[in-house]
Amino acid sequence: MSAPSFRATARASGPGRARLGAWSGAGLGVAVLWLSLLVLLPLAAVVAKGAGDGWTGFWNAINNHAALVAIRLTVLSSLAVAAVNAVLGTLIAWVLVRDDFWGKRLVEAVIDIPFALPTIVAGLVLLTLYGQQSSIGLHWYATNQGVLVALLFVTLPFVVRTVQPVLLALDREAEQAAASLGAEPFTTFRRIILPALAPAIASGAALAFGRAMGEYGSVLLISGGLPKTSVASQYVFSKIENDEYVSAAAVSTVLLLISVVVLALLGEVQRRAARRG
Amino acid sequence: MTDVPPTVVSPSGSARPARRRKPRTAKYVLRFVAVAYVAALVAMPVVVVIWRTIDQGASTFWHAITAADAVHAYQVTAEVAGLAVLINTVFGVGVALLLARYRFPGRGLLNVLIDVPISISPIIVGLALVLVFGWTTGWFGSALQNAGIQVIFSTPGMVLATVFVSMPLVLREVLPVLEEEGIEQDQAARSLGANALQRLIRITLPTIRWALAYGVVLSVARALGEFGAVRVVSGDVSGQTQTLTLVVDERAEQFEPGAYQLSVVLIAVSAICIVAISLLRPRGER
Repeated sequence: MSAPSFRATARASGPGRARLGAWSGAGLGVAVLWLSLLVLLPLAAVVAKGAGDGWTGFWNAINNHAALVAIRLTVLSSLAVAAVNAVLGTLIAWVLVRDDFWGKRLVEAVIDIPFALPTIVAGLVLLTLYGQQSSIGLHWYATNQGVLVALLFVTLPFVVRTVQPVLLALDREAEQAAASLGAEPFTTFRRIILPALAPAIASGAALAFGRAMGEYGSVLLISGGLPKTSVASQYVFSKIENDEYVSAAAVSTVLLLISVVVLALLGEVQRRAARRG
Repeated sequence: MTDVPPTVVSPSGSARPARRRKPRTAKYVLRFVAVAYVAALVAMPVVVVIWRTIDQGASTFWHAITAADAVHAYQVTAEVAGLAVLINTVFGVGVALLLARYRFPGRGLLNVLIDVPISISPIIVGLALVLVFGWTTGWFGSALQNAGIQVIFSTPGMVLATVFVSMPLVLREVLPVLEEEGIEQDQAARSLGANALQRLIRITLPTIRWALAYGVVLSVARALGEFGAVRVVSGDVSGQTQTLTLVVDERAEQFEPGAYQLSVVLIAVSAICIVAISLLRPRGER
């Protein structure tokens, strides 16, 4: 699947927008009711359940070894994934836009696989190559490396797909001017190209971070379900299975909070980029 | 004597100064790193799974994909994904029309809220639905139980979970096209006496048809592949509430045969989706 596209949020008051009529008003009512029942109310229920036993209840649910290990592993590996994607995603986008070689279209198609492939299949696929029966001698079953590989797999397209269109639209005159003035290629990249790409890289990395924070299916098989390699989603799932809804909801609330912060930062990055452009 | 072809001196050919060689090496290094990373992370694992499936033979393959639990899972998956995509298509086009053509208080907020579902962990999505619609666990539980409506551990919950995780996909493809097109045609048709349905069928749908098709393919891929949220709300009961991805998980975790074979079926469906996506991708992004 494609990265959620970052076409500017709809203009606040575009020209010629009509007032709501009877039908459109009713349509809006149905849409808002649907969104509230399906999304807002359930999310509120998670926060309410997590905070239902008060601050101490919330804190007790979070402050146990297994929960802290899971949250720490999730946040740290998501940060690592965002960093790796920022570098290698930009590099791949660069090669796809500026380079030309036999098989480029194949690489282009392979980039889309992680979005289209069901996460559990992604997990099984990675287990086959990097698991116990590894055909290349890498045994990352139930290790942090295994979790990291799974997260890198599912987040591969984010930075590539956000940077690619920006790189395509980039005006090459400034680069040529810099080169003709004797700038080394790397200097040109660092001083001219990188600043133009930075907002797109940040958006893509934030998306990858958000996705990695919530990932479940692709990590499940390769992490082996051991406490030391369980991500936060797996921890929450195990609590749901044991009917420990307060613990599940409290850890979920922490994850939701982190997601909100990331989304807010993402919005800020976009706003700055829009102002500059 | 052989015919010597006329020499073509390309402007960037042999006349290059020696210092151009360094960027060339850099170019090959970058190309190698990009291709090697994508190959090791994505291409090789997929090829190995397909290879192992072929290695296990055609009869194993046929047996694995026609087993009773698999056949039942095809039906459940088709039902859940089909309904979810239908709901999200109607919702997506409807809300896109509202956002593009009308002004109302809270318009900006609605536009932001639509994107919330896709950035939430599927497990939290499942938990959230259980805490509202579960018979013993949910806010509406006793009311639903009295009415005899089972949502959680049943098809409606699985549909809701799938709708949740793929909510903005159609909308985000359709909305920019509608905003770009403006409302002049629609207003012209209205002034000529076309009613709302006529305008939708004759003006709006032809305008958005490629974006709509793209959004629908994205939704189908997401809906077929949903795992975490459906695992929580379905109860994962073999032969009853298992979608295809849940069967793959069960077979893989229990070391039952046939996980690879079903995965290859899902890989094939994904491949079809990728081809459709690359054909339908909006012109500017191609």
